Amino acid sequence: MSTSSTPLGNVTARLARSEKLEGKPEGWNRPPVIEVEGDSELLELAMGPHHPSTHGVFRMDVVLDGERVIKLKPVFGYLHRNHEQLGQSQSYLASMPYTDRLDYFCSLSNNWAYALAVEKLVGQVVPERAEYLRVILAELTRIQNHASTIGFLLQEMGASGTPLMYAFRERELILDLFESLTGSRMMCNYMRFGGCRVDASEAWLDGARKVVAALPKFIDEFENFLMSNEILMARCQGIGVLKPELAVNAGISGPMLRASGVNYDIRKVDHYGIYDRFKFRVPLGDHGDIFDRYMIRMLEMRESVSILEQALKEVPGGPVMDPKAKIRNFRPKPGEAYGRIESPKGELGFYLISDGSPNPYRYRVRPPSLINLTVLEDMCLGSNVADVVLIFGSVDIVLGEVDR
Amino acid sequence: MALKTVEEIKAAILAAVPGAAVKIMPNPSPSAQQSLLIEAEHATAIATFLRDDEELALDYLSNVTGVDWLDKEIAEKVKVTRQVAKPVEGGDPGQAEMVDETVEETRKHIEPGYLEVVYHLFSMAKKHGPMVLRMRTANRTDKVELPSLTPVWRSAEFQEREVFDLFGIVFKGHPDLRRILMWDEFKDFPMRRDYVEPDDFEYEPTPHDEVLKRAQEHRAKVAAEEAKS
Repeated sequence: MSTSSTPLGNVTARLARSEKLEGKPEGWNRPPVIEVEGDSELLELAMGPHHPSTHGVFRMDVVLDGERVIKLKPVFGYLHRNHEQLGQSQSYLASMPYTDRLDYFCSLSNNWAYALAVEKLVGQVVPERAEYLRVILAELTRIQNHASTIGFLLQEMGASGTPLMYAFRERELILDLFESLTGSRMMCNYMRFGGCRVDASEAWLDGARKVVAALPKFIDEFENFLMSNEILMARCQGIGVLKPELAVNAGISGPMLRASGVNYDIRKVDHYGIYDRFKFRVPLGDHGDIFDRYMIRMLEMRESVSILEQALKEVPGGPVMDPKAKIRNFRPKPGEAYGRIESPKGELGFYLISDGSPNPYRYRVRPPSLINLTVLEDMCLGSNVADVVLIFGSVDIVLGEVDR
Repeated sequence: MALKTVEEIKAAILAAVPGAAVKIMPNPSPSAQQSLLIEAEHATAIATFLRDDEELALDYLSNVTGVDWLDKEIAEKVKVTRQVAKPVEGGDPGQAEMVDETVEETRKHIEPGYLEVVYHLFSMAKKHGPMVLRMRTANRTDKVELPSLTPVWRSAEFQEREVFDLFGIVFKGHPDLRRILMWDEFKDFPMRRDYVEPDDFEYEPTPHDEVLKRAQEHRAKVAAEEAKS
C-alpha cells in the first residue's frame, strides 16, 4: 500500500497509534468548535433529504463559511418504521424476513446476526454444513457490499455511471447465486434458528466456485481504478481523518475502525460460527482517511475471496437444519442474550430479552450504520463542502438500518 | 484473554468507587451473560473506572438500549389465621367459642414499573466482553432521569438520544438531547409497552369500508377537539 506521498505532496501525516485515554481534557471526544474570523457571512445549508449522494433519505444540516464546513448536524428518521416494536409484536421467527429490510444490501448477514442471537438465547447448536453455507453466503455478501461501496465512491467523485456499473456487474453475479439458492436477490430470508432454510445443491456450489474463481481478476481491475487515478488520490488522501482513539471511544466498528489502525475484527475476536478454521488476515489502515477506508474494503474483499476458497473446498455433507430444532411453539426460557457478527458495515448486534412467551419481550438491533455516523461531524469540520459527500460515502451506511 | 467474572468486577468496582451499590442480575438463559445493576449516583465514576482500569479496559461501548418494565400486579396466596366464632357442641344455641381458623387468601399488590437502560461493554485493547451494565429509573412517569454516559463513551451519543426519543428516559449531562428518529413535535414514546398508535386515518388516500368508518370517526374527533380549543 503506497500512501506516503501523493501528486500533491505528502498530505498524509502519520497518526499516533495508541494515545492513552487517561489525562485527556474533558470534552476531548466532542467535535471542536470552529471559530470564524472577520465578518464572513455564514450560510446554512440543508444537504438532503433528497440528494443522490445521501444513499437514501437523509439530511445533513451544514453551516458553511464560504466553502468551509464549520458545523454539521445529521438528521435521521425519514425511514423510521419502529422496526423494534414490530419485532416485539410478533414471534421470533416472524422477525426473520424483517431483518432483510434493515441493511438491504446485506440481508444474509442480517439473518445470521439475528439467528446467532436467538441461538445464544436458547443454546441451539448449528450443523456443520449450515455453518459452512453461512460463512460462504456472508463472505459473498461482504464482497458485493464492498464492491458497491467503492463503486459509489467513484460515482460520487463525478465518474458518473460507468465505474459503478463495473461493481454492479460483479454484484449481479453474486445476486444470481443468492436468487438461485434462496429465491430472492436481496430479501433472502434464508437462515433459521439452528441452521438454514434450504440445502445448497452440488450444482450451486459449483456455480459459487466459478464466481469466486473469477473474483480476483475483477478485484485487480477494480483496484487499478483506485490506485492509479491521480484525481482520486488527491481528493481522498488526508481528508476526513479519524483518529484511532476517537474511533474506539465513539464505538466505530467495521472497515471504518480498521482503516484508523485499530485491530478489531469480530470474526477474529469472537470466532463465531466456524471462523477459527479459516486462515485470513485483518487489513489495517495507517491514516484513517477516506483513501484508507476504501483501500481496507479492497483488501477485505481479497481476504473474503481467500475464506471462500477455503470454505468451498471442504463443504461437508449432512443436514442444514438441526433436526432437534424447535420450530412450532418456539418459546425461549426467560433470560437475555446479545449476539453480534462482523457485518460488512461493522458490528451488527441483536439484543433479545425473553419472558417465556412466543414473542420477544425486548428486541433490539445494534445498527453499525447509525453508530458509525457519530463521528461524521468530527471528520467533516474544516473541510470543503464537496468533501462532505465523499466523507459521508466512505462511512458506508444504508438508511434502512440507520432509521429502522 | 477472558474477562473477569461479574463477581470479580463487582468487587473491583466496590474497591475503586467507595459507596457504590452494585447488584448482580442473574441471567438464566444459556447465554449466561450476567449483568451488573448500578445506581444513578455513582454511574459516571463506575463507568470511568471500567474504561480506564488497566485490567478491564472496557474502552468500547457497543450497545445502549432501553427496556420498559410495566407495573406488575402480583397475586400472592397467603395463609391467614383468623379467630372465628363457632357454636359450642352440646351447649346453648347462643353460646359460642372463639376458634383459630386458617384460610387461604389471595392478596394483590402492584409492583411499580420502571425504565431500564442496558449498556453492553467490550474491550478493544484486551479483546474481551461483553460486560453488561444496567441502570433503572425510579418509576415510569415523572422520575425518569438518569446520568448520561456520553462524556465517558462518545458512542452513547446517538444511542442515548434514541432511548430518550423512544422510551422517554432523560439523560442528564447529555450534550445534545433531542429526538432523533421521531420529529420534534411528537408527544409520546413509541417503544413503551403501553404505547397506542395514533388514529391518523386522515392520511389514508382512498379510505373504504372499515377504514372509511374509522377515518370519519377520527375526523369528527379532530373537529371536536378543534372546536373545544
